Formats: sequence, structure tokens, C-alpha cells
Amino acid sequence: MKYGNMTEIRWHGRGGQGAKTASQLLADAAFMAGMYVQSFPEYGPERSGAPITAYNRISDERCSVHSNIYEPDYVAVVDETLLKSVDVTSGLKEEGAVIINSEKAPEELKELLKGYRGRVCTIDARAVSMECLGAYFPNTPMLAAVVRVSGCVDEDRFLKDMEESYRHKFARKPQVVEGNLKCLRLSMDRVRG
Amino acid sequence: MSIRERLSGNEAIATAMRQIDPDVFAMFPITPSTEIPQYFAGYVAEGKVNTEFICVESEHSSLSACLGAEAAGCRAVTATSSAGLSFMNEVLYVAASSRLPVVLAVACRALTGPININHDYSDSMAERDSGFIQLYAENNQEAYDNYLCAHRIAEHPSVRLPLMVCEDGFITSHAIENILIEDDDTVKRFVGQYHPENYLLKKKNPLAVGPYGISSYYMEARVAQAEAMKNAKQVILDVAADFEKTFGRHYGLFEAYRMEDAELAVVLMGSSAGTAKAAVDELRDAGVRAGLVKLRVFRPFPGPELAETLRSCKAVAVLDKSEGFSACGGPLFAETAGALINCETRPKIIDIVYGLGGRDFTVKAAKSVYERLKHIAETGETGDVYSHMGVRTNAI
Repeated sequence: MKYGNMTEIRWHGRGGQGAKTASQLLADAAFMAGMYVQSFPEYGPERSGAPITAYNRISDERCSVHSNIYEPDYVAVVDETLLKSVDVTSGLKEEGAVIINSEKAPEELKELLKGYRGRVCTIDARAVSMECLGAYFPNTPMLAAVVRVSGCVDEDRFLKDMEESYRHKFARKPQVVEGNLKCLRLSMDRVRG
Repeated sequence: MSIRERLSGNEAIATAMRQIDPDVFAMFPITPSTEIPQYFAGYVAEGKVNTEFICVESEHSSLSACLGAEAAGCRAVTATSSAGLSFMNEVLYVAASSRLPVVLAVACRALTGPININHDYSDSMAERDSGFIQLYAENNQEAYDNYLCAHRIAEHPSVRLPLMVCEDGFITSHAIENILIEDDDTVKRFVGQYHPENYLLKKKNPLAVGPYGISSYYMEARVAQAEAMKNAKQVILDVAADFEKTFGRHYGLFEAYRMEDAELAVVLMGSSAGTAKAAVDELRDAGVRAGLVKLRVFRPFPGPELAETLRSCKAVAVLDKSEGFSACGGPLFAETAGALINCETRPKIIDIVYGLGGRDFTVKAAKSVYERLKHIAETGETGDVYSHMGVRTNAI
């Protein structure tokens, strides 16, 4: 691809879990950092719990391509039960990485990845989210883990922009801003692999 | 001043509607256009618009409500997709023949069956004879920009026809991308107020709208409507010129991308054009004289202009994203071929039906089309003039 410094990311989740939202949050973060972004979902049947895919393209130039992504640089898996039914690493570049929401160590999941030889990372999004937010919101820790592993957005800039965005978004609930920021930082530190 | 944003196509269109602040928005939801009234309902709740927002019981009713409002001299809008557009069918013709300039946002989606929520143009192409002007967009920016032009084109005294602003369902409607949004005041000044010359409730000159047309009048009414559609072409260009002066972005009836000396060309619409541009760039780098034409305006069809752009090519492929079931090619092919028929020199021309029901269109697929064109240019043999691309042969 000729578009400057493009990173292509594919998200796997189940309908209702927020894979689409996570890809939108990543697009927001990259947009705030001054980049060109695409975030788009691919829907099958519209039903809760069915596997869904979402995509990101992030680059220094506007990308006119509007196809799905078949050879992503990174893959993010919001629900590890998908590993048994979906070939999540299909086309994934070996110099890239797969980032899985799981309490397991990366080595424990490798056998489910159909021989993928690149980097395997895990993040226990549930533990991080429960610790920081007191409830299970997988998107925030997944977002931070993807930023840490892919390096597609500068981390300092990312944290600064997200803080501003949370202060705006939660203007009436300022008490949740700190929890969300802590969630991002903790997730970056806890990514394994 | 332009504002850098990132919005989906649906939010971009809803934003344009908010800025224009129409008198009436009659809504009925259907995927993937539902977000447009959903965002707009938020603007109503927040007091950001003065629009009468009417929730009706069907698409037949939403367009009918718009008709009533337009007949009374109001600016009325709605949005729909797929079966919703089909359900409007009867009323579309009434809007156009009553010369009521409703603006309808369409997030284009396949028609049933099998039932499918994804993108193709079977819905909007089925309404190509309805008398609506049709504008198509490659991405969120073009969807927004087309919307800003829409009311001025539709309401122009020499046109007075309803208009569809079409975006690709999901691919554009639900994809978030960078976009330049113009400031509210400049948009309002650009679009202007709607003051129709005549309307139902005008005290000095009351009108009947939609009367019976006996045989000795019907044809004159239809020809007047056809003349209005012809007039629309120049108005579209005039509005585009003012748009460029005001906002700096250039639009025409179509975009001719790297067509200057092109020997091999593809004619297509919507988001696929962006994907095909990447293929054109790669081929140009390899020394192939490839180009493409992306139609922005399908109604009125820019036949002579398109013929002028294509006539010196060696081979042209038209990409149709709706079947049409004519058994000899899709609607875009029929009209493009028709436009070229009286040119003394003209290219070999084929039709490829693709992308139905959300079947993905990739850079690789676009390159395979140019491969076929290269072969046609070299041998003079078209092979199958009408074919389908991306079909799993083992599934049939």
C-alpha cells in the first residue's frame, strides 16, 4: 500500500460487545493525534452474540480504498471464545501481532491460532476494567493494549488526548475520568507477550 | 471556516440537515439509514433546529408527509434505504410530477431477496425513472457536500424536482473518516432560504396540487418535467461552481480520474471508485494508461459529456452494482453504451455486475478488470459483454 505509514487493524468480537465501538475509539485517538482514519464495521446477520468484524486504517494521508482488510498489521480479539470458531489470524502479517482479551498467558493460546508465527499478546481486560472502573467494559483496556502493541498512535499524545476527551465526555460525571485514565495506563503496563 | 472532524456518512448528512434546518423532517427508520433521523432527533431534543420532526408509520407516509409540507411551501426532508425506498415508489413519482423539491437521503442497500442489509444500488437504480435527481458520493465528504448542494439544485425555479442524495450503505453510512465540516453560518448563507413562487396556501394565488391529468394535458406535463430534468444539468454545474468558490472543493457531473490520455477506463459509482483509484495509481506507475470515471450525477444522465470523455479510449468496462435482470447488462452499462452509440470512434465496451448485497470490491478485483480491458484493447475481442465478478462458482 502506498498510503503513508498506514497501519491496518482488524477487530473480532461478538455483536453487542463493542468491537465496533473499540475501533471507533481507536479512530478517535488517531484523529486527535492528527492522522487520517477509517473505522468501519462488517455486519452479518444483525443479532446479539454473532461474530462481528470491525476495521481500522490509520495513516498520514487520506486513504481512498474502501474494501475490507484481508492482510492486517494487527488483529484485536475482544472475546477469546471466538478463537475456536473464527480464523482470527487469517492474513495477519507475521511482523504484526494478535492482541487477545484473555486472562491466559500468550503461550497458552498459541495452539488455537492455526500456526500463526508472529507475536501473540494478551490483556486481561476484565481484571483491569473491574479494578479501575468497578464494572466490565472491555473496550477501554483493549484500546490501550492495541495502542501499546501497535504503536500506531504516540502514547503520550494518546493519553493526553484521551484525558481531554474524557473530561469533555464525562463533564457531568468527573469522578469517572480518573478511573478511565487509570484503566488505559494499567492496561498498557499489563499487556503480555 | 472549515472544521476538521471525523464522522460517519450518516452523521455527516445529519449534520448538513441540522445546518440547513429544514421546516419538516418526516421519518421512518430502516437500516442503514436509521442513524440519520436518530442524530436529527438529538438535534431536535437539544433545540438545535426549528424543524417539525414527524414520526410516521411507514416510508409511504414519510414521503407523503414531505409532499404535503412541500406543497404548503415548506422545505421538507427524509431518509431511507432499500425496501423503504421501494415502499415510497408510488409517492416518488407524485413528488417529481408535482414538482415538489423534497430532498431524500438514501443509504443505498440491496433489495430482498434473499433479505440482505448490505450495500448495492438495487434500491436507487430501481427508482431511476421516478423523476428524482440522483447524486452519488464516494465517501462521507462527498455525501456531506452533495447534501449542501441538494436543496439549491432541487428548488431552482428552472428545475423544481425532488432529489436523492445517495451514499453507500454501511461502506459510507457507517464508516468514520476524516471530513471537513463547514461552519453553520456559511452553510446557511450558501444554501439560502426557500421561498417558492407558488404554493398551496398562498392566499393570492391558491393552487391545486396533484389533479387528474386527462390525455390532452398529461403529455405536456410529462414533457415539462423532462425539460426540468434537462435543465438540472446546468443548475448542478452552477451550484458546483458556487460551492467551489465558497468551500474550495470541486465537483462536476462526474470525476474523470487520470483520464487525460487513458486507453483503458472503468465507469463506476460510489465508494468503489476510491478503491479503483488505488488500482489506477498502481497501473499508471507501471506505465499502463488506465483511468476511471466516477459518476456523481446519474439523473440527469450526463450522456454527451461522458461520451466525450470515453470516446477516445480503446476499451471501457462499466461496473454495475445492481443486476437489473435485463439479461444483457445493468442500468449504468445500458446508459453509458447508449451515450456512446453515435460517436464515430468509440471504445469496445463491456459490463461487469459486481458487489451485490455487500460483496466486497478490492484493489485486486479492480486490477483484474483492467487486465481484461488490456486484453480487449490488444485483441479487439470483448469476450462476454455482460458478466458477473466475484461470484463463487462452486456455490451455484
